[in-house]
Amino acid sequence: MRLKLQIWRQENGEAGGQFVTYELADASPEMSFLEMLDVLNEQLTERGEEPVAFEHDCREGICGSCGMMINGQAHGPMAGTATCQLHMRHFQDGDEIRIEPWRSAAFPVLKDLVVDRAPLDRIIESGGYISVNTGSARDANEILVPKPAADRAMDAAECIGCGACVAQCPNGAGQLFTSAKISHLGLLPQGQPERDRRVKRMVETMEDYFGSCSNYRECEAVCPKGISIDFIARMNRDYVKALIRGE
Amino acid sequence: MTLDAKVPSGQIQDKWDKARFDLKLVNPANKRKFKIIVVGSGLAGGSAAATLGELGYHVQCFCYQDSPRRAHSIAAQGGINAAKNYQNDGDSVWRLFYDTVKGGDFRSREANVYRLAQVSVNIIDQCVAQGVPFAREYGGLLDNRSFGGAQVSRTFYARGQTGQQLQLGAYQALARQIDAGQVEMFPRTEMLDLVVEDGRARGIVTRDMVTGEIASYSADAVVLATGGYSNVFFLSTNAKGCNATAIWRAHRRGAYFANPCYTQIHPTCIPQHGDYQSKLTLMSESLRNDGRIWVPRSVSEERAANDIPEAERDYYLERRYPAFGNLVPRDIASRAAKAVCDEGRGVGHGGRGVYLDFADAIGRLGKGAIEAKYGNLFEMYERITGEDPYTVPMRIYPAPHYTMGGLWVDYNLMSTIEGLYVIGEANFSDHGANRLGASALMQGLADGYFVLPYTIGDYLSKHMGEGPLPTGHAAFQAVETEVADRVQSLLSADGSRTVDSFHRELGALCWDACGMSRTAEGLAAAIDQIRELKGRYLKEVKVLGGNEQVNQSLEKAGRVLDYFELAELMCRDALMREESCGTHFREEYQTPEGEARRDDEKFTFVGAWEYGGPDTEPNLHRESLEFQNVPPSQRSYK
Amino acid sequence: MAKLIQLYRSSVGKKFLMAASGIVLFGFVLGHMLGNLKLYLGPESLNRYAEWLREIGYPALPHSGFLWLFRLVVLGAVGLHILAATQLTLLNRRARPVDYRGRQVVEADYASRTMRWGGVIIALFVLYHLAHFTLGPSWAHPDFVPGDVYHNVVVGFQVPWVAGFYILANIALGFHLYHGLWSMFQSLGVDGESRQGWRRNFAVAFAWIIALANISFPVAVLTGIVS
Repeated sequence: MRLKLQIWRQENGEAGGQFVTYELADASPEMSFLEMLDVLNEQLTERGEEPVAFEHDCREGICGSCGMMINGQAHGPMAGTATCQLHMRHFQDGDEIRIEPWRSAAFPVLKDLVVDRAPLDRIIESGGYISVNTGSARDANEILVPKPAADRAMDAAECIGCGACVAQCPNGAGQLFTSAKISHLGLLPQGQPERDRRVKRMVETMEDYFGSCSNYRECEAVCPKGISIDFIARMNRDYVKALIRGE
Repeated sequence: MTLDAKVPSGQIQDKWDKARFDLKLVNPANKRKFKIIVVGSGLAGGSAAATLGELGYHVQCFCYQDSPRRAHSIAAQGGINAAKNYQNDGDSVWRLFYDTVKGGDFRSREANVYRLAQVSVNIIDQCVAQGVPFAREYGGLLDNRSFGGAQVSRTFYARGQTGQQLQLGAYQALARQIDAGQVEMFPRTEMLDLVVEDGRARGIVTRDMVTGEIASYSADAVVLATGGYSNVFFLSTNAKGCNATAIWRAHRRGAYFANPCYTQIHPTCIPQHGDYQSKLTLMSESLRNDGRIWVPRSVSEERAANDIPEAERDYYLERRYPAFGNLVPRDIASRAAKAVCDEGRGVGHGGRGVYLDFADAIGRLGKGAIEAKYGNLFEMYERITGEDPYTVPMRIYPAPHYTMGGLWVDYNLMSTIEGLYVIGEANFSDHGANRLGASALMQGLADGYFVLPYTIGDYLSKHMGEGPLPTGHAAFQAVETEVADRVQSLLSADGSRTVDSFHRELGALCWDACGMSRTAEGLAAAIDQIRELKGRYLKEVKVLGGNEQVNQSLEKAGRVLDYFELAELMCRDALMREESCGTHFREEYQTPEGEARRDDEKFTFVGAWEYGGPDTEPNLHRESLEFQNVPPSQRSYK
Repeated sequence: MAKLIQLYRSSVGKKFLMAASGIVLFGFVLGHMLGNLKLYLGPESLNRYAEWLREIGYPALPHSGFLWLFRLVVLGAVGLHILAATQLTLLNRRARPVDYRGRQVVEADYASRTMRWGGVIIALFVLYHLAHFTLGPSWAHPDFVPGDVYHNVVVGFQVPWVAGFYILANIALGFHLYHGLWSMFQSLGVDGESRQGWRRNFAVAFAWIIALANISFPVAVLTGIVS
């Protein structure tokens, strides 16, 4: 396959950036998207040009490291697929592909396609856990969790924290990410004692960095794990309830 | 130096209790006076950092990823073992212990394995309390499955993402401690060296992966939880960033490296599809519960899988191992796949693949049942290969996956450097020559939640009141200079080849000589080739860009440099071990049926290597192993 | 009150209050539409209805007392709705200062993407509508007769561009209602089994009903069905 790649190049956080166009003559349909970029980087290095920096790690769609806007869509054109799991067979010979970093005030660009997603960690740190010290747990089967609740919690817990929801949202909102963690823990009996405190603290941290939800549903559409925006409704309800209860 | 494993005396059931009683404690008020560095934030590192923080220690935790949540433990699919016996099928701590020792082909330390089985039950309690959404029965109780050749159902799981959920549990516990100010987190910070002074680990030197700053961190103890070294093969199921730099640098500073040749090749991975391939993807071993593995009977078979009639298929695992069939342990399944492919009966790209067929299971249980069990794995397979495994058999092939070898540690998880602890996959301790499925998660969390937090106090209590060395100390300055020089030398190499091209070459070399089967001749040749390749690497590699920026080529370049040395040691260890055991298969040492033949007389020991110097051969130290509770026997899965 | 202010401080709370004020406004447009259906029952019916609005609660309340109270509530809801929307818009601009080169819209529908401008159009329309049928200065209405609502409507809609403007504005209202009603459930935290389920049906149904009924008035006048 022959491809024309327009890639955002930016030296560091302070520098300005621009799109640079590269021709790639020998992509193959079996390659993953990141392998295609690997091939480009090999060629750039051999030509003495700095390779394109992009975040990636497990390349199995689970670590959440990778992520880029591919033709204006987070993680590219395939639904339910992280960038590393996107394969070139979904592109045509001769295609022009535009690759940009996640854009959000909360995610400053560090280099090329690499952004800083630290605010996602800040949200978890502010309450995305159940406070239980090691060793203080009782026997696992003493806590009964109805299967539907466990399954629903798992649906939410599948979030990989890639930030595509923020990247795709025209408002740069972090609601899908935040609500997924709040719902995961809030749906389980273990999560009840801290439920109000958790939602209040996490929402308030989220508000420090991200935009608001306009119910565009863009986040859900690009989420590699198909996390549902129903969790956002759930978070909204929990938040208002928590405020009313006044914890 | 003689290796003292510090295994407590007494009956195996009582050893851990005894150890916990004998280990000195640090008074709660004094804990905050100690600083501990934890490198790595996966299951082992994350759980250790969180637990040490909870105990009141001041912890600094480092990871190379942008967030501690992303450590590669997150990619484990299948599950985690625990001797809960919730299914009433005859499981017990003793059985898990027995299975693990036997599965490790009698090359692990009994006392460690017993302790692992003991604390396995606490891990599940802890994880459930943290909110890990394990699979449940309709009654609300935990569900279990049988996994990886176990004859009891002791594996707990969360869909096909058990590692992810356990990792997030540990990460959340860590996040809680970060919020509480007990743990200081340093993401995007890579440990590039260990500082040892007066025989004790004093701290680490790191590179900030955004600014390039080389900095020193000092502590009372250092914990390495940096995972395994499967990426020495370039193509493996590990994350691209997984590396052995931390343990290798510690090795060079005096930590012995044990059993480097024990590398597990996982039988069910998606086969390689091209030369540009960057990594291999694992398909959970649980697939073998319902899938049947086969290859065509004939070497010259050219028909598509579904067109090959039943009589012309060879279900070779069921044929060779009627008792265990498709569920034989990983090492055996992997070697059998290699054997049929070597015979020329492999399928797919380059004849390196075998079929994993679900047609029978779909016929028996219905497509719905298979989808419920394996839906996400099937989807993943289809995404990568473009083939629908509901209608066409999957193609799988073994791939490097886990390394049982690692830094040598005693019963307390301390390496041969005082104050340097090594936990999780980074150490060598619990799996012997082969790891059973769903045991890696167990070990990582056992070490981090339940073992290290007790044992580290013993060391710290001896150094009460001393405090960490100041980072301005000459020992730190010297290492910082070395690290900076090394970075400079990589940047100034004036070649034209990429780091990856060398890494690929190294990987291929290791895979051929020190992969699924090994020979003295091949290993000896590989050692020379690796040295030669390393020589060329330093001259011909090209690393563009500078240090003071995000520079992924530079990061890789340093890691690959360490892999050269590790690869050599791995081959040397494999050459030394003139027997076949577990994953280590020397062609010279096999039974007439082609099974591994151990030599218990000569090789019932841990081979722990002491670094000799850049151009000096390493020294081998032996920790002899005693099997008082599980008498060694020929592993048989027939 | 303190809790309400605390709620309003967050974007989640602002959305909640937008939904709450949206319910008031939805109730208003629904009632307004239902009342206006009396247009089809003839002048007497419509005018009497208009008169009744002023008499609600009389003599307990002064003439038009309830009406003014009601107007204040609606005005408050409009104010809150617009204030929150403006603040959220500014917040969202700050959260996403740089846009993509040719962002692909994956899921967001036309209605959701036009909420802001749709809202502005509706606000302008409401101002014009008040001038047209409530205050009736000569620039807005050619022959305004206070109290004769039927006459004012029929004469007002006989001007084709005015009728056209009403039709356009109500199409905008339909879109705004569709996304607004659907969003309302999200913002209030009412999550259904599926978004394709009753929440969506509710939003679609009321958006159509209100927009179609409102559009029918100018159309009926223009085509002579009502004269």
